[in-house]
Amino acid sequence: MSLLTSLARLRALDEGIAQPIATVRHVHLSARPMVFIPLKLSGEAAAPLAAVLGTERDRPHLLVVTQPRNRDLRFAWAAELAGLLLPYIEGFLAATETVERRNADPYERALDAPQLVLPNPAGVAFTRLLGRSTRFRRADGPYPVPASVPLLGRWLTYFGERAAFPGSSLMPAVTEELGRHWASGQSGLEDANLAAQLGWITEGPSDDAEDPLIWPPAGPATDPGFDAEVLAPAIESGSAERVTEALRTQLEPTWRLMWRAIDLLAGLPEGASVAQRWEHDRGSFSGMAAQLAEGAPPQARRDGAVAAASRLARLERAQAAYEVQRAYDDPLVMAEHRLTGEAFAGEVVETDPEHAEGEGRSRKLRPLVVIKTDDPVRLAPGTALGTPQRRAQGAQLVSARDGLVTLKITKGMGRGRTPAPGSVPEVGERVCYTSLTDDFQGSAALPEAEATPWTHGGPPREYEPGDEDAREEWS
Amino acid sequence: MNRLDALRGTTPQKPHDARAIAALAANPGCARRALLDGAGIDKDAAARHLGFPAPFGQSPFAITRGNVFEALVKADGCAELLRMLRELLGLPIAEVAYHDVENVGAHLRHAHTRALFDRAARDGGDAGTVYDHPLLSLDIAGHTAYLEPDVVAFQLGGRFHIVEIKSFAVIDGQADPSAVAAAARQAAVYVLALRRMLRELGHDPLRVAHDVVLVCPENFANRPVASPLDVRRQLGVLERQLSRMTGLDRLLDGLPADLTFDLLPDEDGLPTRPAAELADALRGATARYAPDCLSACDLCFFCRDEARQEGATDLLGRHVRDELGGVASVGEALGLADGARDPAEGQEEIARLLRNAERLRRECLA
Repeated sequence: MSLLTSLARLRALDEGIAQPIATVRHVHLSARPMVFIPLKLSGEAAAPLAAVLGTERDRPHLLVVTQPRNRDLRFAWAAELAGLLLPYIEGFLAATETVERRNADPYERALDAPQLVLPNPAGVAFTRLLGRSTRFRRADGPYPVPASVPLLGRWLTYFGERAAFPGSSLMPAVTEELGRHWASGQSGLEDANLAAQLGWITEGPSDDAEDPLIWPPAGPATDPGFDAEVLAPAIESGSAERVTEALRTQLEPTWRLMWRAIDLLAGLPEGASVAQRWEHDRGSFSGMAAQLAEGAPPQARRDGAVAAASRLARLERAQAAYEVQRAYDDPLVMAEHRLTGEAFAGEVVETDPEHAEGEGRSRKLRPLVVIKTDDPVRLAPGTALGTPQRRAQGAQLVSARDGLVTLKITKGMGRGRTPAPGSVPEVGERVCYTSLTDDFQGSAALPEAEATPWTHGGPPREYEPGDEDAREEWS
Repeated sequence: MNRLDALRGTTPQKPHDARAIAALAANPGCARRALLDGAGIDKDAAARHLGFPAPFGQSPFAITRGNVFEALVKADGCAELLRMLRELLGLPIAEVAYHDVENVGAHLRHAHTRALFDRAARDGGDAGTVYDHPLLSLDIAGHTAYLEPDVVAFQLGGRFHIVEIKSFAVIDGQADPSAVAAAARQAAVYVLALRRMLRELGHDPLRVAHDVVLVCPENFANRPVASPLDVRRQLGVLERQLSRMTGLDRLLDGLPADLTFDLLPDEDGLPTRPAAELADALRGATARYAPDCLSACDLCFFCRDEARQEGATDLLGRHVRDELGGVASVGEALGLADGARDPAEGQEEIARLLRNAERLRRECLA
């Protein structure tokens, strides 16, 4: 969080309504999102209690484990869940496009991908655990489960891992996405309550949002009072219907909130880089589907040293790219960098479009631009700059003093003796330049897994899920 | 009568447990909490009476699960626990003695625990012993708090280890970080209590290891797994906080002599003191509200309400407050941002930043 966001929170508190901290939407929204609200049994790591899910707001599907301690019912629940989620996921695999690659074979990429929308990060974490607890099961052997259960487990594991990827929209958590676009007048901790956060954005704060009798928690944990006074007696009574109805009351309000939140996000125009990130998601989704089709084993319990290092490098790169893209897409995000002096915006007051450096053959076109700005520029001469107005352009800071910044353009003005039309900003134009750029150093070359050095445990053993894994208790 | 007893008045003292002592360390700057805890006041009852009941409870399912798991670990003279300790500490313990301190009856337990640990520390033999249900004590602001751990102290070769049994799962070697942090804070209380006991008995307190043994269910089953957990950092925080509590006198000096947080309970223990009067008394002791209180302190909703009425920037979280560099009220910060207010001495830098931020927001949202 930056000072800009803190100021927005103060303003929200003062005015009694959340304040925007983004002018565009930074998350992809599917035309057919799968809203998924799971509940778990308190005190257990990953014992499902119920879930409501669906792609249409007037057709929620409620799945309930009417006796949560019964292992068979739990697997039956997982099979029911698979019956709804797998057709949805696999429905995106048919329509594909062929993507050509340099130095590699072309591959097929799905034209669209599934999107699971969860209420909060805890729901995302629980979904990942559901995947972990089901992906090693087998349809044969001593404790057989329906074949769809381990397949579901592998998909949920995939979605869970992808959710950790900055900028991915395959499994967003609503409270996080709302928090990226609006600042409420409460703390980040309290924003984890979906009802309270939405209240701030729509009508203004209300104590009702924290009353579990009015707005039950959005899961996966249930309200302890509900557990004690309603759920425990219902389970005790042995009436499946009573348990189902009890859990329906806990899920229905959240179901409505989820669609309300999706509407709010859909009301914002999509950021320019969202489609590009979604393309990565589509590629990743197709890659996972291809692995499954090839009969690869379930994801290992833990990454080996090389796999972990390369995952970390990918996460870091994605994080950096996500931050830069958001700033380029959204002037309000860029403003955070202007505040810290890593970016500046202002009006062009002078240009020398034909300025060149060097003589004869080594003559290079280096148009000069002078910008008048009110921003506190903290960039040293020679710093490489980019601009959201002309994304292909590269520039370099020449000098910055007294609110006047001189820069020379080094890239993106064509090959002629004079700059291509429109490539150099005109006097009077408002422009923004920043030292944030999308060029990242490639990650260090990592050895093949078989060549893992002894310092990192040596080559990892090939992971083969055994009978132990398949039989693992789920109590 | 000492001042702390006067603060409590006729309300029965609420004994501290390790969780409460650990929570003290969570917000060391809060004078209100320090005084209420120092005096042993039931904050939960006070919050209820004020109309701001605490937002936390525990699900019966979680309680059952916790009890079942603890019983499993301790079944048959801690057989399961001993197996894990052998593996974890890598020790060739052929035979380990099991000692249930509870056998002697509650009133003698503390004295008995002392005697047992004294003997064990003196002998320093190689024989391993597990002590179940020991009763430790810790001085909190001049009052002795008895700690009744569900934990077990394990002694081997003259070193003691605190064993903490928790029912959150460790899945593929990973557990919920906040749950682990809470367990570490709680275990640190036991380590400290045991160290102080050894010191009083004239032994080296460092014979209590700062590595506690955390026992949790593994993956999705009930099978326990033990992991070492270093609590040095938590110990440091706790000791600092407890030494501050002995300095409660200084906090008391600033308060009116007739101030009391007495709930005036009737025969049934129900508070009879007018809630508004109690609220006024509590406001006499300064709180330091932070959103983290919402998961740690029974009085959190009362203090949050107070912070709202004051328009305190504390409401938005420590991060925001720190970023505002000491501007305590929302009105003041916004005044600095839109230039309606001139910065006081020392506020020039934050005022400049806020004005800049305000200019940028206006420009981008125009």
